[in-house]
Amino acid sequence: MSKTQNAPGGVRSKTVVDYLNDENVRAILYQIIAIGLVILAGWYLVSNTLVNLERQNISTGYGFLDLEASFEISESMVQYSAQSSYATALLVGLLNTVKVSLLGIILCTIIGTIFGIARLSSNWIVRKLATVYVETFRNIPVLLQLFFWYAVIPNAFPHPRDAFEPLPGVLLTSRGMYMPVPVADNAYTLMGIAAIIAIVAIFFIKKWAKKRQDETGQPFPMFLVGTGIFVGLVFLAYLIGGAPTDMDMPELKGFNIRGGYNISPEFLAVLIGLTVYTSTYVAEVVRSGIQAVPNGQWEAADSLGIKRSVALRKVILPQSMRVAIPPLTNQYLNLTKNSSLAVAVGYPDLVSVSNTTMNQTGQAIEAISIFMSIYLGLSLLTSLFMNWFNKKMALVER
Amino acid sequence: MADNAKLPPLPTGTFSARAVAWSKKNLFDGWFNTLLTLGSIAFLVWLIPPLVNWAIVNATLEPTIEGCAEVTGACWGFVNANLRLILFGTYPFEEQWRPLLAMIVLMGIICFSLGGVKYPSFRKAIIPMWVIGVPIIAILMWGGMLGLTYVQNSYWGGLPLTLILSAIGIIFAFPLGLLLALGRQSTMPAIKTISVVYIEVIRGVPLITVLFMASVMFPLFLPDGVTIDKLLRAQIGIILFTAAYLAEVFRGGLQAVPRGQFEAGDSLGLSYWQSMRLIILPQALRLVIPPTVNSFISMLKDTTLVVIIGLFDFLGTVKLALRSDPAWTKYYVEGYAFASAIFFLICFSMAKYSAYLEKELRKGEQR
Repeated sequence: MSKTQNAPGGVRSKTVVDYLNDENVRAILYQIIAIGLVILAGWYLVSNTLVNLERQNISTGYGFLDLEASFEISESMVQYSAQSSYATALLVGLLNTVKVSLLGIILCTIIGTIFGIARLSSNWIVRKLATVYVETFRNIPVLLQLFFWYAVIPNAFPHPRDAFEPLPGVLLTSRGMYMPVPVADNAYTLMGIAAIIAIVAIFFIKKWAKKRQDETGQPFPMFLVGTGIFVGLVFLAYLIGGAPTDMDMPELKGFNIRGGYNISPEFLAVLIGLTVYTSTYVAEVVRSGIQAVPNGQWEAADSLGIKRSVALRKVILPQSMRVAIPPLTNQYLNLTKNSSLAVAVGYPDLVSVSNTTMNQTGQAIEAISIFMSIYLGLSLLTSLFMNWFNKKMALVER
Repeated sequence: MADNAKLPPLPTGTFSARAVAWSKKNLFDGWFNTLLTLGSIAFLVWLIPPLVNWAIVNATLEPTIEGCAEVTGACWGFVNANLRLILFGTYPFEEQWRPLLAMIVLMGIICFSLGGVKYPSFRKAIIPMWVIGVPIIAILMWGGMLGLTYVQNSYWGGLPLTLILSAIGIIFAFPLGLLLALGRQSTMPAIKTISVVYIEVIRGVPLITVLFMASVMFPLFLPDGVTIDKLLRAQIGIILFTAAYLAEVFRGGLQAVPRGQFEAGDSLGLSYWQSMRLIILPQALRLVIPPTVNSFISMLKDTTLVVIIGLFDFLGTVKLALRSDPAWTKYYVEGYAFASAIFFLICFSMAKYSAYLEKELRKGEQR
């Protein structure tokens, strides 16, 4: 406002008060004050921390990462022993977090989609059952659910001695689930390579098919051909590799079961708890996504003579995806963040391993800073990817 | 409408005829639906009778371990015997009327605030209610005056603790979140950056890491000689965490206010704070009431995480009761079922109310 008063010819020179009334000057002043306060607070906290650390004889820095961890981790996807370094231990924790989160995301999407569609079913009883499932499990704290599953699993299944065997080779016991795994063989490497080749081939065929359809309008049975190529190539690789059939079967030896692949009760508890809890949220996202597509879209597809199944795939789902993707991302992030609750049931995830590290070394700030930045990194990566995906899916208007 | 001709005739006649018509349409419409219906009924037959048998028919309320050993069903006696421990934790036994009263006061204020949102005449009383209510709750819980004995807050626990942590969390996070939301909308780059960084960092990490930070790192932040106890540290962690989420809720509300409203404030010559207080916030906050209630619900569920840093909230006291006697340990299903039921009751009713509010508040926009 002062600008207009002083505009023509400068009737009087500006005083300090004029400057203080200038919006732009004020804005700069406010910002300087805000930054100053943040710096001051930061400096206060840092200086206190340094004094405290010195008093407690804790040296700062990340040097401890190379030291021997000297604690065991019950399950690990990479080579790990008590002689490994803290850095390796944290990597094991991170991989366990990623493992349970990825599996949880896949499962909760499947279950959530089923229940989301079931809530819109024309069948009264199915609709009500789905509603009860969603309302029940979303209103009970996820930690309580984890504790519940963690208490149930070891008690619901028998001792390894009289393990329950629903399928040959699959054992359910109080110590978790055991599954047979194929003994390592060159054929499996070959199959992996074949799978990659198949995916690349499918990608190019799809590109060609789309181009052809754009030009000539001829559709291409992409799904059938794609599945055929993938299964065929992988099976061919298996045969070329000598078709190995040796399996590592879980067996009772002494008091415990040896061999096979063990899924621990802790992992199962975390996975089931997170999946069930998050699936209720996914169900709601899916439901509102489908409901957001106007009925006119169905009718438009009908009037163009498009088959109902094709209309669902090509008309309805792409539009509901656009509505559903941002909240779905949020749920995936929530699941990943909630996987940190694994620490409460003893599943060695990132937070749990960091916690042990913190207790052993006293390097609280370093340990917390490590897992906080990892979670932050995961979140940022996901939101970057989702923003890109969102842009790709967004309506292109004039 | 011409379509009316195609509609099936309304089912008329006796009740049974209408019931048959209804089930034909809703349960047995086509082979797939019939299959689903039969499958669902089979599932219910498999689930419900054993559940009822376990929970009611064969259950006992007898508050002794011997009484529970005799029955095949649920041992509600575990909850019955440990009810005071589960509800109030280790709060001194003779004084447990105080947390009970505090809880009732708190519930009363919460209900009043939620109800007041709908009835404008109550709205003005909400803030005074909290200003008076919170000290009353503090006096009841801590004591040390008015003839009440002093109770250290390390003895607090159970349902009152859960409610206090989440209610105080949301009350203090409210102004902080509002400031952050305004900061994020600000045109001043420095203030905007500070707000965005705070909000995104906090929202990017799990609550448990914030609680770990509060319990492990806060003591390092403070000058020598100053200590904050565990409960307060957890409470601060919860407030800082919730503020970031509330800020995003408020931002949604602020963005929904049309630009013309901001310009109207400017053209009336109102200052930033005047136009915020008189024009923008009343409109924005009305829009965000339902999502704020939802934040409170997730807050309430998330406070269970304080168990991990060693506080005994409602979930913590259930675990405490389970461990209190090795003979009780096997009744975890009953204990967790009780805790789930309480959480479900609170969260579900609030969620329903929030959905109802959303519909109510939208009424004004429908023409």
